[in-house]
Amino acid sequence: MRNWVPVLLPSLVAALFAHPGVAAELSVKINVPQINASEYHRPYVAVWIERTDQSIAQNLALWYSQKSGPEGAGNKWMKDLRQWWRKGGRDVQLPLDGITGATRPVGEHTISFNDKALASLEKGEYRLVVEAAREKGGHELVRVPFNWPVAKAETQKAAGTQELGAVSVDIKP
Amino acid sequence: MYPTFKRTLLSISLAAAALTAGSAQAHSVWLLPSSTVLSAAQFVTFDAAVSNDIFHFTHRPLALDTLVITAPDGSHPEAVNVSKGELRATFDLKLEKKGTYIFDILRSGLRANWKEDGKTKRFMGTAEAFAKEVPANAQDLQIGESVAHVMTFVTMGAPSSVKPTGVGLEVMSITHPNDLVMGEPAEFQVLVDGKPVADVEVEVVTGQSRYRNALGEIRYKSDKQGKVKVSWSQPGMYYMDAELKDKNVSNKQATERSLSYSVTLEVQPQ
Repeated sequence: MRNWVPVLLPSLVAALFAHPGVAAELSVKINVPQINASEYHRPYVAVWIERTDQSIAQNLALWYSQKSGPEGAGNKWMKDLRQWWRKGGRDVQLPLDGITGATRPVGEHTISFNDKALASLEKGEYRLVVEAAREKGGHELVRVPFNWPVAKAETQKAAGTQELGAVSVDIKP
Repeated sequence: MYPTFKRTLLSISLAAAALTAGSAQAHSVWLLPSSTVLSAAQFVTFDAAVSNDIFHFTHRPLALDTLVITAPDGSHPEAVNVSKGELRATFDLKLEKKGTYIFDILRSGLRANWKEDGKTKRFMGTAEAFAKEVPANAQDLQIGESVAHVMTFVTMGAPSSVKPTGVGLEVMSITHPNDLVMGEPAEFQVLVDGKPVADVEVEVVTGQSRYRNALGEIRYKSDKQGKVKVSWSQPGMYYMDAELKDKNVSNKQATERSLSYSVTLEVQPQ
């Protein structure tokens, strides 16, 4: 009985933080810029959370053409998201449930994740990474540093110069 | 023993043997893949040539008759569309299994010269041909052996482990050969017949040498464990080679063995 107390205490404390009154949320706004190209293809985009050692903490989104078509033939071009591919893309079986989706058009896209989706994310420093690769176009990677979780709502921003526009990360406690 | 080594010895041609270590010093021998990292099953095409400028076809094709391809599961798929041009040889392979494919042109044989009726006679070829063509009691007979690897690697999906062949000189990748990236030094280990060897010079040259004034080769020397740590100056295709002579001969009359190894490696941008 006496041994239970030290065992129970940390889990009680953890439970307090794991379920705060308002659900923590992380949302990412990604701007796919307008590019004047004689032959434009929507970019392949990978979005993930990276630890400070650059390993992948969690995949958030992967926009690619899952079938042969004007936006490419399925997995063939995944390697062009070369950072994501090397850091872990090559180790996962595609498609990833809830993560993979079709390529997106020019404009701003928001993806949101609640604390349930990010349950495995330990307290610490991270970077939100967006990597874009476009067929007959360029490649760009944008990193946005952030801390998880936060005490009050925060917005972190960065921007690409070529293949990606503004990227912002909104985090709610 | 390297499973295909015997077959290689038998199938070696005089033309291939003529390209062994002696002439390799003058020219680079290389095997250039069109891609080294794939995310789906697809064809890769390869160029094999002997030239002064790295990855620039200016001299002779490299004979492919001793090419051995090893798939991730250890099987040996056959190259398709094999063709020998005036300046290069080419072949294709569809990579269908996940993991790393090893491409190795292994050339080995004997070189000999001797005196017959006051004239110098020469021989280059396999041990079998040597037994037939060179008289056993030849006058002033001098024999040298040679083993030369020309290699490259291509990976589909996640890389799988690459094991040394254990034959001749090899500069084995400790850092996976298809996982090389700018800003991250790569480690290699110099092996002779599978064992680490110190003090071997390894030369690293960036491709496209014809577009710059200086070759810019960087030389490294293997440490006590045979290890070499290579830093990349830019992304791109690299040529790495090493040469060594030793006395570890298999023919009793041979005095020296010439070993050479060259490999094409791709370094990805960050």
